[in-house]
Amino acid sequence: MAVLVNQETRVLTQGITGATGQFHTRACKEYGTQMVAGVTPGKGGSSFDAIPIFDTVGRAVAETGANATVIYVPPPFAADAIMEAADAGLPLIICITEGIPVRDMVRVKEYLAAKSSRLLGPNCPGVITPGECKIGIMPGHIHRPGSIGVVSRSGTLTYEAVDQLTRLGLGQSSCVGIGGDPVHGLEFVDVLELFNRDAATEAVVMIGEIGGSAEEEAAAWIKANMKKPVVGFIAGQTAPPGKRMGHAGAIISGGKGTAREKIEAMKQAGIRTATSPALIGRTLQEALGKS
Amino acid sequence: MNIHEYQAKELLKRYGVPVPLGKVVSTPQEARGAAVELGGRCVVKAQIHAGGRGKAGGVKLARDPADAEKKAAEILGKNLVTHQTGPEGRQVRKVLIEQGLNIDRELYLGMVLDRAQSRIAVICSAEGGVEIEEVAAKNPEKILKELIDPAVGLLPFQCRKLAFALGMPAESVGKLTAMMQALYRAFDECDCSLAEINPLVLTKEGQVIALDAKMNFDSNAFFRQKEILALRDLHEEDPREIEASKYDLSYISLDGNIACMVNGAGLAMATMDIIKLCGGEPANFLDVGGGANQEKVAQAFKILLADARVRGVLINIFGGIMRCDVLAQGVVDAARELKVNVPLVVRMQGTNVDIGKKILADSGLPIISAETMAEAAEKIVGAIKSKM
Repeated sequence: MAVLVNQETRVLTQGITGATGQFHTRACKEYGTQMVAGVTPGKGGSSFDAIPIFDTVGRAVAETGANATVIYVPPPFAADAIMEAADAGLPLIICITEGIPVRDMVRVKEYLAAKSSRLLGPNCPGVITPGECKIGIMPGHIHRPGSIGVVSRSGTLTYEAVDQLTRLGLGQSSCVGIGGDPVHGLEFVDVLELFNRDAATEAVVMIGEIGGSAEEEAAAWIKANMKKPVVGFIAGQTAPPGKRMGHAGAIISGGKGTAREKIEAMKQAGIRTATSPALIGRTLQEALGKS
Repeated sequence: MNIHEYQAKELLKRYGVPVPLGKVVSTPQEARGAAVELGGRCVVKAQIHAGGRGKAGGVKLARDPADAEKKAAEILGKNLVTHQTGPEGRQVRKVLIEQGLNIDRELYLGMVLDRAQSRIAVICSAEGGVEIEEVAAKNPEKILKELIDPAVGLLPFQCRKLAFALGMPAESVGKLTAMMQALYRAFDECDCSLAEINPLVLTKEGQVIALDAKMNFDSNAFFRQKEILALRDLHEEDPREIEASKYDLSYISLDGNIACMVNGAGLAMATMDIIKLCGGEPANFLDVGGGANQEKVAQAFKILLADARVRGVLINIFGGIMRCDVLAQGVVDAARELKVNVPLVVRMQGTNVDIGKKILADSGLPIISAETMAEAAEKIVGAIKSKM
């Protein structure tokens, strides 16, 4: 058990012939993920590392039974790639691409509303269920199978948190990156709901950052519904207002979306928050009463 | 990216948004000429990328062309300090000379992404000329909002709903509807992230006109917005941020003295936070990206060290894809070339980390190595304090 992906997941790569697509498809395959197909329009019939390549997502799904897709397509074409995957009925779409215009993502969200697909990202590291399935760009070797769920808007900060957990002997059930863009697929609440229902998950680490109000909404949901301990960290306590901190969504605008507000909302909901990014693992250990 | 008021008005005019007659000029003599064309009485407005110009003395009424010349001379070249510019202010290089209007009412009209709904929202208020954040804080009930369905765009009935709720006279409702729809077309086609008309005025003659205009754009859409990108004014940006953007580095200048170089936005923010927690002050935010190579590291280094306030550097890299040996070599080469004379703490994790550490240790350079983020932050803060 885990969330979103496991050893049964059959993965398709959209944008498999680009340098990024090739590099990560290979790394995921080496990790043990079932990489079953690739799509690059015009390259159908060829293959990459014995993975067959198709011209369309529909064809790739029909031929290989892929049930998840990972997208490395460049920003101008990424929205179209997401919608093609949804049209092909893929239950899980993971978009790694960074730099998709907001206007495109607003349309994607509208298109997805009528489909059954779940979207993770864009601008996210992907998802991993340690020891079973890695989809995305995270370094596999820092993860260990276990019972801690991790959900985050960040990439490398998540690796930092996972590394802390692993060093403390706390393995992970699944680690889910929801991405750093203002308009994206699954929210904290959606992933928390999955972890809440997942028998293999004992506690959750939630890593947020400045901008928007997703952490506040998650805090309210946790207070009302969550049966497992949740530990939080919010990045950007020293970020100035009005400046975009690398991620398109990491911006304090009109005085809203500050780290202080988010931390306060989490505390109000009874969530333990790590005061320092170096104490995320330790704080979780305390929450579990294992310190 | 922001643009100037005069640029936003030129752009909006093309989409059918009514704006006052006016001309942008850069000398007092030209201001006089523009005032003559407008019939004498006019408004002289400083063109900088910041709000609060009126209160700072950057917007002045002129009664005739001679007065317009005088007022323009007072404003041009001046360093305007508003609540949005910071204490250093912004130099005024251009002024917009505009016709005066017979104002009956001032309203607010804005468009921005509603993140929770993943849709563009139209926001209106009868309190024009006041910052919308202020209205939101004091009188949230006075803010009216409609969400736009991207499939059909902003619909006339939504505009009418807002117009009537704002108390617009019936004969001006159609005009406001047309303006809102024109603004949304501009917002959508130009990949705006914010469009604000504040104030939007209703004149005594019953016209609706955009008295001010502010537009921000989504930098992710620049691959298809070449015309918008050409409106960029580099005078309005931090020189180090401009330099960084050339190398695809995400850099933001802050007020402290500990420079940091990190891979990934979240980790970069967290590194700033931990420096502060340890009693230091970060000098910047710098994300070198996931796949940073030797050249990028060297460029990033140059930008960090160009900041004269910097007393120490902290490098925090959690490599997944990035190899630590390559990174370490990049750091050593750059530190040698640039003759770094401030304490340098390096914390790295990832592939080939042991080889990387050996490269740092064997370099003969005074590089301080750290195992964890906390240790790195403590070491750099400590190194600076001991030098003071």
